[in-house]
Amino acid sequence: METFKNYDPEHYYDELINADGTPRPCAQLIVNKIESLPPGAFEMRQKAAESLLLKMGITFNVYGRDEGAEKIFPFDIIPRIVPGSDWQQIENGLKQRIFALNEFIQDIYNDKKILKDKIIPEDLIYSSRTYRKECEGFTPPRGIWCHVTGTDLVRDKDGRFYVLEDNLRCPSGVSYVLENRQVLKRTFPQVFKESLVRPVDDYTTKLLEMLEYLAPKNVQNPTIGVLTPGIYNSAYFEHSFLSQQMGVELVEGQDLVVSDGFVHMITTKGLKRVDVLYRRIDDDFLDPYVFRPDSMLGVKGIMEVYKAGRIAMANAPGTGIADDKVIYAYAPDIIKYYTGEDPILPNVPTYICRDDQQRAYVLSHLDELVVKAANESGGYGMLVGPHATAEERAAFAEKIKAEPRNYMAQPTISLSRVPTIVGDRIEGRHVDLRPYVLFGEDIYVQPGGLTRVALTKGSLVVNSSQGGGSKDTWVV
Amino acid sequence: MLSRVANSIYWMCRYIERAENVARFISVNLNLLLDQTLEKGKHWEPLVMITGDQEMFEKKYTSYDQETVIRFLTFDRDYPNSIITSLGAARENARSIREIISSEMWEHLNNFYLELAEPGSPGFALDEPHRFFKIIQMRSHLFTGLMDSTMSHGEAWNFARIGMMIERADKTSRILDVKYFMLLPQVDMVNTPIDNIQWMAVLKSASAFEMYRKEHHRITPRNVANFLIFDSQFPRSIRHCVSKSKICLHRITGSPPGSTRNPAEKRLGRLEADLEYSDIDEVIEYGMHEYLDNVQTRLNSVDEAIGVTFLNMKPQSDAMENEQ
Repeated sequence: METFKNYDPEHYYDELINADGTPRPCAQLIVNKIESLPPGAFEMRQKAAESLLLKMGITFNVYGRDEGAEKIFPFDIIPRIVPGSDWQQIENGLKQRIFALNEFIQDIYNDKKILKDKIIPEDLIYSSRTYRKECEGFTPPRGIWCHVTGTDLVRDKDGRFYVLEDNLRCPSGVSYVLENRQVLKRTFPQVFKESLVRPVDDYTTKLLEMLEYLAPKNVQNPTIGVLTPGIYNSAYFEHSFLSQQMGVELVEGQDLVVSDGFVHMITTKGLKRVDVLYRRIDDDFLDPYVFRPDSMLGVKGIMEVYKAGRIAMANAPGTGIADDKVIYAYAPDIIKYYTGEDPILPNVPTYICRDDQQRAYVLSHLDELVVKAANESGGYGMLVGPHATAEERAAFAEKIKAEPRNYMAQPTISLSRVPTIVGDRIEGRHVDLRPYVLFGEDIYVQPGGLTRVALTKGSLVVNSSQGGGSKDTWVV
Repeated sequence: MLSRVANSIYWMCRYIERAENVARFISVNLNLLLDQTLEKGKHWEPLVMITGDQEMFEKKYTSYDQETVIRFLTFDRDYPNSIITSLGAARENARSIREIISSEMWEHLNNFYLELAEPGSPGFALDEPHRFFKIIQMRSHLFTGLMDSTMSHGEAWNFARIGMMIERADKTSRILDVKYFMLLPQVDMVNTPIDNIQWMAVLKSASAFEMYRKEHHRITPRNVANFLIFDSQFPRSIRHCVSKSKICLHRITGSPPGSTRNPAEKRLGRLEADLEYSDIDEVIEYGMHEYLDNVQTRLNSVDEAIGVTFLNMKPQSDAMENEQ
């Protein structure tokens, strides 16, 4: 195994290694450790970590029902390390951003001050696919809409963190953070201890406390459930894991029924009232009476119970309005409007295609830009201009012209890299960072988060559905 | 406990027991063939008869030869009662209740299915059928053992046991039903010792041969039927399975013995009482086939009552993707 001797950060920002090839201070311990291992020991540790994940059953599903439906999320044992000073800025920035976005959602469905003050064009809201007119005039329990957020951050060449997108509906991946940590503690126990890595394990406790905080006020011991679409969903493992860790029920839509104005679980001993749901089903499928009538996953009538205050749901239906990738472009204005402060974490510069001038620029610079649809996730519906063929770009240009409202574009960010095991070498691979934020009695930012790594050389797409893997993230 | 969870665990065990019984039937038939005098081509048809799915077989296949029948009963994914379909269904059920069962159970069942689904599996089954079907049976026993020793004997476990016992009672009744008529030349010979290989095979397919010998020594059709239906201690007799599932049901509901609170308890209680208060002579007089047919119908009605009382069954939903 060649270790860091010939490692070349090239012209990218490397999270562990300086431009001159020396380790950054935060990475000194781990680099020393890896260099000091006898030949073969490092590969053995990587294999041991993989077999541990397999045994623990840390899998995600890919489509198709037959054999091999479950796969292991690729995992690399070299951690991504974030120095405490960088982290402090991320934490402050996320708290500010989530607070402002929550104010924004509340305002959009109630007073609409931000529209009246013409900070955001009205038609942008009402034309968003994630705007829910059913939520007009509603205030959820404790005034909180976005209880669980996974914000995607990237670090550019300049070494600064930028917000790439906000995931305020059903962000997934936190179970990998918790499991990766278990594995890495065993892989590098000594370095882990000496590095004073901040713990991530209290996430499930914080999640449970947040859900309890939402329960209707007269309920003493609330019954809480995690609502899953079922075993064929790609994140089923996570749903099952979180319910097990919190000791709450894992329910599917077919387990729930509305009766006498409340939501109940169907149990072997009759109906049992449910007070809080952590739902991992999108708004569209939540209630066939209100949203998509063909949904088989939801609960008929749950929205009525919800609006009467008899059940709490995290995240609140309607939250997706702040998830729209075009509205994202206004996040700096939103932060300024509701907090009076400048954003601590900047957005990636964004061109909005509904604006004629900006669209013209996008169309003439497709080969340098990343174009995204407003409401797609998982790396679908996007064009990475520099890596696309001329035909792909031409086809995408037609889509933009046909539906300008639905697209935005950003310059291609040179995502930072982290040393990663590739065969018998260590090479740099691009990463992003998804910290998880819980909004309950106060705002909690889990120190660490999911580092996703694009395992293909040169690739900038880190999504698990597109060949990405993950790393443990150490905040030191 | 959630009705869906109870339903999944109940069916998980029914499917595993079903797969095991198919493997038993095939195993015994293979043993019979080793010292067989029957005319060629007749050895494998009765096996499909036991399952009651001849129509399905004949729709797809023309010949009842060893390879075709083994493929149909073991590897045909279109046939809902084949070993692979049953185990696949057991595994899907287990997957949806991973947080309820022990990880040992899940890992074993997962591996059991995945190995059977490997491309090399049919070749192994046809080349070394004796070993292959023995392995299937032993893996099913291992699962039952893991369930017994790694999972709390609470509500979920009791539902699992009921599923297993009802399936087993049904399968014992089916093998007896088919074989009894095939092997009994004349009804008035029911009390005559016909100590032939075929009757031994009937007992062996229920792992009952040795236990029967201890109890009755000589093999008569009457005593074989008596043992498989009425023996109170043999773990695969219909009576034993029914009374064990009744105990589990009462543990779930908390109804004291002798009282009943719901249709499932009533139906199961009546079936148990009938098995306790009637005997083999009554059965022979009533007609063996009619009697066993009636037992199967009543087991189905118990299953239905359990469904209505506890399980609130609804069709499975489709997978939808909305993760970010």
